[in-house]
Amino acid sequence: MPKKYHIDVQHTSNRYPTIGRSGIVDWGEGCLKCAQCVKSQCVYDVYRERSFSEEILADTIDQLCKSCFRCVQGCPRRLIHKTTNPEWEALGDDVYTPEIICATWAQAESGRIPVSGAGYGGSFSGPGFDSMWTDMSEIVRPTRDGIHGREYISTLIDIGRKPAMLKFDNDGNLLSETWPNLRVSLPIIFDIPPFGDLSSTVWKAMALAASRLDTVMVTPLSRIEELSEFSSVLVPLLETDDPDAKWIGRFRMVEIPNTEDAVERMRFLKGLKSDLLVSARVPALASHEGLQRVVDLARAGFDLIHCVADERGYEPEGNGGLHIKDVIRRAHAALLQDRTRDEIGLMVTGGIAMAEHVIKSMLCGANLVCVDVPLLIALECRVCRNCRDGGECPVRLGQSDSLWAARRIINLMGAWHNQFLEMMGAMGIREARRLRGEQGRVMFMEDLERDSFAKILGRPNS
Amino acid sequence: MHPSNVWSELPSREVVNTPSRFGHSIGKYMVVVSEACNDCLKCVAVCPENVFAPQGVKLAPTRDHLCLGIDCSRRADRCVRNCPVNAIRVGFNPSAKALGDKRWTPDLLMSAWYMAETGRLPRNDLEYRVGASGGGFDKLRFVFPKRPPRPDLARDKIDTSVRLNKKNDGRWPIEIPIPIYGGGMSFGSISQITMLSRIKAFGAWGSFTCTGEGGYPEALYPFDDHIITQVATGLFGVREETIQRVKIIEFKYAQGAKPGLGGHLLGSKVTEAVARIRETVPGSSLFSPFPFHSVYSVEDHKKHIDWMKAVNPRALVSVKVSTPTDVDMVAVGSYYAGAHIIHLDGSYGGTGAAPDVAKKNIAMPIEYAIPKVHNFLTEEGIRDEITLIVSGGIRTAFDIAKAIALGADGVVTGTSELVALECVRCHNCESGRGCARGIATTDLELVGLMDLAWGTQRIINMLHCWREQLQEILCRLGMASIKELVGRADVLAHLDHSAEPPDDDIRDRLR
Repeated sequence: MPKKYHIDVQHTSNRYPTIGRSGIVDWGEGCLKCAQCVKSQCVYDVYRERSFSEEILADTIDQLCKSCFRCVQGCPRRLIHKTTNPEWEALGDDVYTPEIICATWAQAESGRIPVSGAGYGGSFSGPGFDSMWTDMSEIVRPTRDGIHGREYISTLIDIGRKPAMLKFDNDGNLLSETWPNLRVSLPIIFDIPPFGDLSSTVWKAMALAASRLDTVMVTPLSRIEELSEFSSVLVPLLETDDPDAKWIGRFRMVEIPNTEDAVERMRFLKGLKSDLLVSARVPALASHEGLQRVVDLARAGFDLIHCVADERGYEPEGNGGLHIKDVIRRAHAALLQDRTRDEIGLMVTGGIAMAEHVIKSMLCGANLVCVDVPLLIALECRVCRNCRDGGECPVRLGQSDSLWAARRIINLMGAWHNQFLEMMGAMGIREARRLRGEQGRVMFMEDLERDSFAKILGRPNS
Repeated sequence: MHPSNVWSELPSREVVNTPSRFGHSIGKYMVVVSEACNDCLKCVAVCPENVFAPQGVKLAPTRDHLCLGIDCSRRADRCVRNCPVNAIRVGFNPSAKALGDKRWTPDLLMSAWYMAETGRLPRNDLEYRVGASGGGFDKLRFVFPKRPPRPDLARDKIDTSVRLNKKNDGRWPIEIPIPIYGGGMSFGSISQITMLSRIKAFGAWGSFTCTGEGGYPEALYPFDDHIITQVATGLFGVREETIQRVKIIEFKYAQGAKPGLGGHLLGSKVTEAVARIRETVPGSSLFSPFPFHSVYSVEDHKKHIDWMKAVNPRALVSVKVSTPTDVDMVAVGSYYAGAHIIHLDGSYGGTGAAPDVAKKNIAMPIEYAIPKVHNFLTEEGIRDEITLIVSGGIRTAFDIAKAIALGADGVVTGTSELVALECVRCHNCESGRGCARGIATTDLELVGLMDLAWGTQRIINMLHCWREQLQEILCRLGMASIKELVGRADVLAHLDHSAEPPDDDIRDRLR
C-alpha cells in the first residue's frame, strides 16, 4: 500500500470580509433604551464582537450573525430586522452560485469539510450535476470508513496509456514494455483559469499548491519560464510551436490542441522524449463528429483526451448544449463501444465547482477532472468577471501573496479530498480509479422521475 | 396552559392557544402603529383577527403574525381606513424573507408556527402546503373531485389510524390513531425538554416517539408505552433493560441525511448527563460507525432481529434504512428477516450535524423511494404483511398525505416538531453552544429557554391541525379511512408529468 496521502491544511484567513446571505438592519430611532437590551443577550455575542472593517469601511456584524432571529423578535419596538443581502444574491452566476462561492471561501479559509445542522435546505434537483444522486451501501455491501481514518481510501490516479493485455513468452517472461505513466494523488489537475487577475504571484501559488498536493497543472507556454522551479508539475500547453528535445526533457506531460495535425505532432513530441505523455485538448462535444474525434485520437496513441466544456460546464458551441456530465457519458460509451476505453484516460474541464462534481464526473465516465475557477474562488474571487473587460478586481486577486494563495488552494483541495472520502466511503469504494464509469452507483433524475412519477402520473397521451 | 400538566403524565390532546416564547412572532406582514396613535382602540374593534388588543386603556403591541394582509387592512371597514389619526400602516415584513431555505420556505415556517400556536391553519395567504424546492412533494398536487364523492362522510369521523403490526404473530397489536410518529432524535443532539415535549405530544395523540441513538434517560420511564428505543451502530446506551421497556424497537442502519456515514456527536455536546446515559466519557466526541460491523448479509440482519425479538418477546421491530438504488431489495430483505415495520429515511431528512456534501448528494429523495418500494412489495405479494413508514423531508400535512398516496402506510417526522418549537432553520445546531433557541442544545442556560408544558402543547396543536387537514383531504377524495389512500397515486398530479391540476387549497373549510 502506498504511503497514506494526507493534505496538510491550516487556517488561512480571508483578506476581505465575506459576503453573507442576510444582514441586520438596525433602526436606532425610537429606541427605548431598555435596561436589558436584546443586543446584550445575543447568544453568539455578535453585538459585542462586531468591529469596523477598514477594508470595506463597514461593520462586520453580518459576518458574525448566525440568524437566530432572537433580537429581531425580542426588541420591544421591533427596531431590529434581518433582510436578504442583494450583494450576496448578485454573486457569481447560475453555475457558480452564491452558495457555492461562499462555501468555497469557507473551505479555503479553514481547510475543513462544510458541516451544518438540520437537513438539506436547497433545491430538490437542478440542471447538470444536481440531477444525479450517488449511491450508498445498505446492509450487504461493506461501506468504508475513510473520513475517520480507520480505513484507507485511495484517491490516486495514473495518467497514461495502459496496454489492453500483457504478453509473455513461453518461459513466462514479460514481453510487453512497461508504459510511462504519471501518478497524481488526487483525481484533479489544475487547468488554465478562463478569466481572473492572473499575476505572476497567482501562477506561482497554483504551481506551489500543485506541487504540495502531488498533482500537476496545465500551463500556458508564456508562463513556463518564470515557473521553471516547478517544472515537474507543469504540463505545458503547446499551442503551435514544437520545442526541441532539451526543452521538453524537463516535462512529464504536455498538452496539444485539437488541430488537424494533432496526431503528427503527438508522434513528433513522443519522438523527442520517449516517456513523454501527450494529452489532446478537444472541445467537449457530444455530436457524432465530436465523439468520433475522441475515439480517433484515443486510437492514434494519445495518453489522455482532455474534453473542455465552456466555463459553465456546457458544450462549447452554441447555447442549449449538453451538460458536461452528459458529454462524458457519451464519450465514455463511445470509447467502450470502440473497445479502447481501458487503454486511454478521459479528463474533463468546465463547470467543476464543488467536490461532488468531481466524483459525479468520474461516475459518468471520466478518469479525472480539471479544476479552474474554484482555484480563483479560493483566493476570494467573486466570479464577477470584471477582469475580462479590463476592469478592476474587487479583491485585488493579483496582488495577493503567493504563500497565502497557495495555502488557500491547498485548504480547498484538502476539504474536497475529505468530501471524496465521504462519498466514496458511503458507496463502499476504496479506490478513486474504480469510480470511472460506475454508472450503477449513480441515480439519474431522468430515470427516477420516469420510474417513480411519469409511469404512474403521466398524462394519458405522453 | 393546562393547570394539571404534571410532567410525568400525558396531557389531553385538546388545543390550547400557545404563543411564541420570544416576544414578537414573525409574520409575513408588519403592522406599524406610529406615535400619532391616541389609544382610541378603534382598530381593536375592526380587526377580525385580534392583531390589535387593549392593554389596560392603551393599545398593546400588535400581533402582526395574525394579520390577514395588506388588502384586508385597506378595506373600508378595517384598520388603516378606520384609524382617526391615520397611525396604522401595513406592509410586508422585511425580516420574513430572510428566514428559512428552499425546502422550509418562510411561508412554511410561519404557517407551522401558526398551527403550533393556534391549532388551525393560518387565515391569511401563507403557503402552508409546499415549499419552493422545485421537485418531489413540492411539484405534486392533489386532484380533488369537483363534488365530494361521498357526501355521507362526516369529516371528523374519518379514520386516520395505522396498524403497525400486520403480522398476527402474537406481538403487540399496535394501531396508532394518527399516521405519524416521532423520529429518532437523540438526547444530546436535542435537549431533554425538547425530547420530552415530543414524547408527551405524540403520547397525548396515542402515538410514539423514537429515542434516537443516545440511550434512554430515566425521565422517559413514565412514557415507556409511547417510546421506540433505537438500536444503532454505536450501541450507545443500549442495554437489555432498555430493549425490554418498550413496545417497539428500531434497528437503525442508516440516516437519510448522512447515509453510509454513521453518526458523530461533537465532544462539546457530550456533557456529564449525556456521557452517563451513553456510558462514555464527557467531552469526548462520539462516533457511531457505519455500518453495523456485525451485519454484512440479510442472514446477519435476521440474526440481529431474532436476538431483539428474543430479548423482548412482545415488541415490534422496525428497520430503519436510507434510500440506495436497491432500496426495494433492502425492504424485501427486512421483511424476510422478520421486521414488522420497514422505515425508509430519504436523503433530504434532518440531522443535528452532517457534511453538506452528504445531505445533498448521497441516496435518493424519499419521493422516489416510496413508489419503488411499495410497488415492489406489492409485486412480491407481501405488501399487506409489513408496514411501510417513510421519513426524510416530510414537512406538512400535505406531504404526509402525498407520501401515503405514493404508497406509504404512515410517516415519521422530526424537523416539523422542532419548527413547532420555533426552530428558524438557521442550520447552526452544531455550532458553539448549540441552538440559540434552546431546542437542539445541552447548554444549561439555553435549555432553560423552553418550558416543557409549552413545548408539549405546541406540538399537540400542530398534530391536531395536521389531523384535521388529513381528514379534510380524505373527505374531499371520498375516503372513510386513510388506509384507502395508501398507494392511490391516481389522486395526485405532478406538475411536470400531468395535466395542469386545479388548486388543492383546503382552507375554505378549515380556516
